[in-house]
Amino acid sequence: MRARYALAVALVATTSAVAGAQTIAITGGRVYPVSGPMIENGTVLMRDGRIVAVGAAVSIPADAQRIDATGKVVTPGLVNAATQLTLTEIGAVGSTREGQARGREGIAAAYRPWEGLNPASVLIAPARNAGVTTVLIAPSGGLISGQAGVIHLVPGTATDMLLKAPVAMAASLGPARGPNGSPRAETIMRLREILDDARVYRTRRADFERAQTRSLAAGRLDLEALLQVLDGRIPMLVDADKASDIEAAMALAKEYGFRLIIAGGAEAWEIADKLAAARIPVLTGAMNNIPESFVALGQRQENAGILSKAGVSVSVIGNAGGGDEEAFNVRNVRFEAGNAVAYGMEWNAALRSITLTPAETFGVADRVGSLAPGKVADVVIWSGDPLEISTQPERVFVRGQEIRQASRQDLLEERYKTLPPSYRRP
Amino acid sequence: MRHTVIALAVGLVTSACASGRAQEATPASPPAPARTTDTVKVGTMLGGISTPNADPFPSTYRPFPSRPTLIRNVTIMTAAGPTIRGGSVLLRDGRIAEVGPSVAAPADALVIDGTGKYVTPGIIDTHSHIGAGGAPGDNGTQTNDVNEATSPVTAQVWVEHSVWPQDPQFPRTLAGGVTTIQVLPGSANLIGGRSATLKVVPSRIVQGMKFPGAKYGLKMACGENPKRVYSQRGPSTRMGNVAGYRAAWIQAEAYRRRWDKWNANHQGDPPTRDLGLETLAEVLRGNILVHNHCYRADEMAQMIDIAKEFGYKIRSFHHGVEAYKIADLLQQNDIAASVWADWGGFKLEAADAIRGNMALLNRAGVRTVMHSDDASGEQRLNQEAAKAMAEGNRIGVPVSEDDAIKWLTINPAWALGIEDRTGSLQPGKSADVVLWSGNPFSVYSRAEKVWIDGAMMFDRLDPSQQWRTDFELGFVPVNRGGDK
Repeated sequence: MRARYALAVALVATTSAVAGAQTIAITGGRVYPVSGPMIENGTVLMRDGRIVAVGAAVSIPADAQRIDATGKVVTPGLVNAATQLTLTEIGAVGSTREGQARGREGIAAAYRPWEGLNPASVLIAPARNAGVTTVLIAPSGGLISGQAGVIHLVPGTATDMLLKAPVAMAASLGPARGPNGSPRAETIMRLREILDDARVYRTRRADFERAQTRSLAAGRLDLEALLQVLDGRIPMLVDADKASDIEAAMALAKEYGFRLIIAGGAEAWEIADKLAAARIPVLTGAMNNIPESFVALGQRQENAGILSKAGVSVSVIGNAGGGDEEAFNVRNVRFEAGNAVAYGMEWNAALRSITLTPAETFGVADRVGSLAPGKVADVVIWSGDPLEISTQPERVFVRGQEIRQASRQDLLEERYKTLPPSYRRP
Repeated sequence: MRHTVIALAVGLVTSACASGRAQEATPASPPAPARTTDTVKVGTMLGGISTPNADPFPSTYRPFPSRPTLIRNVTIMTAAGPTIRGGSVLLRDGRIAEVGPSVAAPADALVIDGTGKYVTPGIIDTHSHIGAGGAPGDNGTQTNDVNEATSPVTAQVWVEHSVWPQDPQFPRTLAGGVTTIQVLPGSANLIGGRSATLKVVPSRIVQGMKFPGAKYGLKMACGENPKRVYSQRGPSTRMGNVAGYRAAWIQAEAYRRRWDKWNANHQGDPPTRDLGLETLAEVLRGNILVHNHCYRADEMAQMIDIAKEFGYKIRSFHHGVEAYKIADLLQQNDIAASVWADWGGFKLEAADAIRGNMALLNRAGVRTVMHSDDASGEQRLNQEAAKAMAEGNRIGVPVSEDDAIKWLTINPAWALGIEDRTGSLQPGKSADVVLWSGNPFSVYSRAEKVWIDGAMMFDRLDPSQQWRTDFELGFVPVNRGGDK
C-alpha cells in the first residue's frame, strides 16, 4: 500500500507545475477509498481536479490548502445509478419531463435523453450538496426505452456534465403482461425479433438503404442503436422483477451474446447464484418488501444483502419512494444503502454499492467511485457514518473544487426561518 | 425500478393520488360515538322510520391475550417527558402500568432485558390507504378502492367499506412499529368521504380492526387533484373547488337544521336521510374530525376561512408541503400539520417542499405529525422523522429526539382524537408499545417487538409471532419476503 502512495506523491510533483494549480489536502479523517481498506487519520491530496495521493503517510506540499477532517469521515462522491435527474423537474409538468421518448410501438433504442438534459435543474444542488456527485440517467417506458448516460454533477453546461454516454441500452420486461400489454412470452418474442432484425440490418445495410430488404421490426435509427448492444459496446440494462423474467433476460443475453445488467430485480435474490455465476450486475433497493405486483411477490429488503453475499455486483438504488427518489430525492440513496445494511448487507459492500460498484457497472470506474491516485477528485467530508441519517454531508468537492451552492430548497428555508418584512403582515 | 410509476400516475387522472404521488388522499372522519344528544340517536328505526345511526358498523375489536410484561434496562422515549435511560416499562392488563427508572417485576411477568435497546409508544400514521388500496396493485381496479371519483363531493362513502383485512401491507406496517393508522379515501374529490381509524391487527373483518370509540374523520382535498380529475365536468379551477366546498356546507347546514328541528319533538315524518349530508352535519356538530389534503399555504389559509364560515374545525392539514410558510396561522388555529420529511416536486403545488418543514413547524409550536400516504414509507416513519430532525439541526432550527418522537406518536394521536387513549407511555394508557433494536432514529434500527393493548403482536426474532395474511399463504411463501 505504502509504496503505491509514495509513487502517487511522486506523480504530484510532476503535475504540480501546472499553472493555477489548486492543491488541497484533506487531513486527519477516517478515509474510505472504497478501492482499498479504510485508513484512519488519512490524507486525501488533490490537485488540478484529480486525486494524487491517498494514505496515512502522504507528504503534503507546502502550497497545499489543508482541510482538517479530524473526527470526520471522507469518502468518494456518491454515485446514484437510477435517476431522472436533469430529465425530470416537476413530475406532473410535461414540459419538464425528458425521461420518456414517444418511440415507435414501444421501441426507442435511438433515444439519447442527455441531449435534452437540463443543466439548470434546481434538483441538482440538493443532490450534490448531499454528496451525490455522479448519476446515471436512464430513460423509461416501452419495451426498449433508449440509452442511458452517466452525468457528472459539475456546475456548467450539458456538455460539461456528460461524463460518458451511452453506457447502456435501457429495456423493460417489468409489467405483468409486458410493456405493451402482451403476454410475457410475446414480449420476449418481440425482443428477439428486433435483435434478429438488427443483425439483418448490420449485414444488409446497403440493401436496406435501397429498400431491398423485407420490412424490419424497427426503424433505421433504432436498429443502428441496437448494434451497440450486439457488438458488445454497451450492455442492455433490463428492468425486470420476477425471477423468471430475469432468467429469460439472461437466456436472451446468452443467445445474442450481449452484456446484461438487471435493474429493479425484486426477486433476483432467488437466483443469486446464477446471477453471480453469469457475472450479471444488479441494481436494486433495500426499502421495499411489499408484494406490490404479481411479478414482485418475492420482494424483500434482504435482496441486496443476499445478492452481495452470493458475489453479485450490487448497486443500491432507490426503490421505495413512489418515484421522486429518481429526481427530487436522488440524495436519499445513502439511506437506501443504510437500510441494506440493516437487512444484512456488509457495511463496506453497502458503501461500495453507491460508489465504486455502479461506476464499474457503467464503465466509469477509471474516473469516479473511489479515492485513488489519478481519479477525478470527487470527495465528500461527512460528520460521521455516511449511511446514517443524522450524519451531515459537510463539504463536497467535485473535480477538486469545493462546491457550496444554496439550493432552491435552501433559499426557501432561509427565507422562512425569519420571515422577510413584507411577509410579516397577515 | 419505479421509473414507470411517475409516467403512469401522471397519465392516469383517477389514480389513487390522482397526481403522481403514490396514494395521496385526504382523511375522512371516524364514526361518532353516540354522545351527542341533540340529533344523533343510536338505533336506526323508530317505529319503522329510518333515522341516523351513529355507529352502524360497530367495532368488534378486543385486545388480544396478553401477560404482564416488564421491559427493563432500556432507553424509554415516552412522548410525555424526557427520555429515561436504563429505565423500565411495565405492561399489565393491556395498559401501561408503570414507567420509570426502576419498576419491580410482578411474579408472573415476562421480563425482557432491553439493554442497548429503546422503547417508544406505538407509531400512529394519520394518513394511510392500506387495505383500501391493497397489494398487489397491478390488477387494474381489483384492489383499488381508494377514490370514489364519480362526483366531486362523495361525503356518503365510508372508506372502511373498502378495507380488505387480508392486505399483505398490514403486517408489514405493524413490523414497522405502527400500531394505529387512519385509512383515508383518496384525494380525487373535494370531499372524499369518511376515514377509519384502525388498530393494525389481524382480523377476518374490518370491524375487528376498528379503534373502539375513535371518531370518524372526513377527507377533504384542495388544489390540483380535484380540479384535474373533474376538469371536464367541473370544478376545473381552484375557485371552482372553493365554490364546491361552500355549496356542500350550505346544504349540510340546512340538513342539520331540519334534523335538529325534527329531533326536538319527533313531530310528523322525519326528514329524508341523506348519507352524505349526515356525515357533513356530524362535522358541523363537532363529532367528525376534518382531515384536509392541501399543499399550498394560500389554499390552507382559505380552507381555514371556509371552516370558520361554517363553524367547523380542521383537525389536520395533510401533506402541507408549504405549511412552514404559515406556521403561525396553523399554531393560532390549533391545526395539526401531517407532513412528509422530504417528498416533493412531483407536481407544481409540491414544488416548494423543503426538508426543514417539520423543524420550522415544530419551532412555531404547531402539532407536527409525520405521515406517510405510502405503504412503504409507513414502515419507516421513524427514519422519516430522523431526516426531518437532521435537517432542523443542519439549518439551525434544532429538534430534540423528545420532540421528534411526538411527531410519530402523541401528535398523530391528537390529530385522530385518541390522545387520551394512546400515543404516549403514561400509566393508564393503552399498552401500544414498540421495542426497537437501537435508537429508533438510526437507519440501522428496526422494530423488534410490537405490543398492542399489551399483547405482543409482532416479534422479529420469532417467526411464529409474525402475522401472515391469507393472501400471503402460497403466494408469498415464508422463505420469500420473510423480512417483515
